[in-house]
Amino acid sequence: MDTLLDARGLTKRFGDILANDKVDLVINKGEIHALLGENGAGKSTLVKMFYGSLEPDGGEILWRGKQVAIGNPAAARELGIGMVFQHFSLFEALTVVENIALALPDPGKMAELAKRIESVSVDYGLPLNPADIVADLPVGIRQRIEIVRCLLQEPQLIIMDEPTSVLTPQEADLLFLTLQRLASEGCAVLYISHRLEEVKRICHHATILRHGKVVSECNPAKETPATLASMMVGADVASVSAGAQKPRIGEIRLGLSNLSAKAATPFATALNSISLELHAGEVVAIAGVAGNGQGELFDAISGEMPVAQEMIRIDGRPCGSRSITWRRRQKAAFVPEERLGHGAVPGLKLSQNIVLTRHATGDRLTGGGFVSTARANALEKHIKQEFDVRMSHDDPEARSLSGGNLQKFVVGRELDRRPAVLVVNQPTWGVDAGAAALIRQALIDLARSGSAVLVISQDLDEIFEIADRIAVISRGYLSAADPAEEMNRERVGLLMAGGAEAQGEVA
Amino acid sequence: MFEAVLLTVITAATPLLIAAVGELVVERSGVLNLGVEGMMIMGAVVGFAVANQTGSGTLGVVAAVAAGMAMSALFGFLVLFLVANQVATGLALTILGIGFSGLIGEAFIGVPGLRIPSLYIPGLSDIPFIGPVFFQQDAIVYLGFALVAAVAYTLFRTRLGLVLRAVGDNHTSAHALGYSVLKVRFLAVLFGGACAGLAGAYMSLAYTPQWVENMTAGRGWIALALVVFSSWLPLRVVAGAYLFGAVSVLNLHAQAHEMVNIPSQLLSSLPYLATILVLVLISANRRLTLVNTPACLGKPFVPDR
Repeated sequence: MDTLLDARGLTKRFGDILANDKVDLVINKGEIHALLGENGAGKSTLVKMFYGSLEPDGGEILWRGKQVAIGNPAAARELGIGMVFQHFSLFEALTVVENIALALPDPGKMAELAKRIESVSVDYGLPLNPADIVADLPVGIRQRIEIVRCLLQEPQLIIMDEPTSVLTPQEADLLFLTLQRLASEGCAVLYISHRLEEVKRICHHATILRHGKVVSECNPAKETPATLASMMVGADVASVSAGAQKPRIGEIRLGLSNLSAKAATPFATALNSISLELHAGEVVAIAGVAGNGQGELFDAISGEMPVAQEMIRIDGRPCGSRSITWRRRQKAAFVPEERLGHGAVPGLKLSQNIVLTRHATGDRLTGGGFVSTARANALEKHIKQEFDVRMSHDDPEARSLSGGNLQKFVVGRELDRRPAVLVVNQPTWGVDAGAAALIRQALIDLARSGSAVLVISQDLDEIFEIADRIAVISRGYLSAADPAEEMNRERVGLLMAGGAEAQGEVA
Repeated sequence: MFEAVLLTVITAATPLLIAAVGELVVERSGVLNLGVEGMMIMGAVVGFAVANQTGSGTLGVVAAVAAGMAMSALFGFLVLFLVANQVATGLALTILGIGFSGLIGEAFIGVPGLRIPSLYIPGLSDIPFIGPVFFQQDAIVYLGFALVAAVAYTLFRTRLGLVLRAVGDNHTSAHALGYSVLKVRFLAVLFGGACAGLAGAYMSLAYTPQWVENMTAGRGWIALALVVFSSWLPLRVVAGAYLFGAVSVLNLHAQAHEMVNIPSQLLSSLPYLATILVLVLISANRRLTLVNTPACLGKPFVPDR
């Protein structure tokens, strides 16, 4: 086999942390090579060194047998290394053709480039309109822009960072076809993903990182998702069980009836007469591709975006225009998607963050205008133990916690109240496998104890693991919530791609 | 009479136009420089002083531009490379400029100034009405229009402008693609300083050819507001600047002729009210505003390397 890229002993250090420790990696021509590892294992650091965004502290990179120093992304593109970023390398205010021109060393005339974009994008089955402004486009199309941008550079190696996390299953299948075609044309792909099923399906080779070191290499086709996961984590991952017995469905705890809201900004999504009934004892999950109204739906239910009074009922009481605190007093709890900045104030201590969401709900954290530090500290210790939140010292600022630990904290803070209704948006986004299993199990346990749990998630594996009923949101329309046994990936995918919209309009 | 009014409108609008178009470039790159007033007043005093000492208006203008750039370089160094807070640093720059200009200008108070000459284009300048209004202005007026045209063309038609807008829209992505965010921003800040300096020189060498302490009188702030209300679009800046100029001149005439029986304080606030009102109305298209607002405006950028 022809070796394309050969990294030897790559090392990168950030302060005291060794992000990459003598990593060796060989990528051959025409190979789809998976790079696996938990969050913080050093995958992103490694590929950033290949793409020239980071400088290695040690080791060397050989490109087609010759040692190279990749000083910046332009140098990487010159060598023939392209990168498709997760979701943050497009300029929202610019058009498709402008976005692509920015990544090319010599884009030539805009009109000619637009023609090239059209022909290449159609050729690879990823049609694009060059004059569209990115802000108006859904996430799946945005990724096409990234891929077409990469293809126009005629790369020999394409690095893809979690490309399918924003796609419907059907869109992902289309992407896999494109990747396989590229591989057959001799282009190599370095593929980072958390979705082990798809790695097993399309990758020829896998390198697994843990704590910045290569811990093993394998042929993913010969492994199972479970064995791949245990290689990543270094231990067996506890599987989440929804409980053998059928949940006992109780009374309606959260009711949404014809919930509608106009888009608050030109880039937001309008909600279109969403109806849903959530019973005690069940977990209902809302699937959907990012940006289809999940954030707006969460804001309406939590009270951040007031709507008409009758549109939302908690335990039968209308509350569409009530405050967040009022809803919390009705034993509802909310965990937003963005943990740092929305779920927790970065610069405040954990105990202070507890006071912020629980001051009005019977924990006697405040009284006479004063805050009881002692009670807040006690709660902080309790949540820390209960949910295994790891921290370097007592009661740190929220921003000093790693993503997974902070997520355990913000979810734990609400779960600890034993809420009657829990609404959580992306409960395990960017959380490692161990912590994710813990959070998912806690959500199921809460439901089984008689609460109603609404999970908004973009992770289908998660949804099928925990949900009793599944609904799909698409462009602000919600499909009917059907029992999980009756759903499968294909059906969810069709609903994501617009089926939910059709269903919502009929209803 | 109408001719004279039009002439004064142009002279009143020109400094606003030049300072605002410079700040527009700065903000399009994602930097908020609240020091426009400070840079302008430094341009005014240095331009006056150098012209007075050398007897050359051109040298005065060049020196004013250099003074504005020096001030903006200080700002750029602090906020870009030392990641100082942009709002606080900009305010400090204005206070510094006002104070320092007073110190430099002390010797020049009451000294008769030098007015940069109007251009005379044979033939065109002699046309009645049109000639004096359009073809007998000084070079800075024409330079102002040329600047706006050049900025509009560069922003939306060239690669340089594309990179500038990209840096202002998403500095993380621009960095990831290999553009030097800090370099682009520093150059934009320098351009803004040069424009503010030029606008200041216009004040002390053309608008009122003398040095009076604090003579820019808040025009830097108006320029800043014009940029925001014009949704960061150069041609709207022209509209805003001329509207402001027109209303403030009309107001002067109204007061001089006692044409209306309205308190003078209220009349003096008219230009501000009218400009803001009109620009708010034309920026009612929220989509256009959102697409043109630099998303990274005022956000510090620290490259990870």
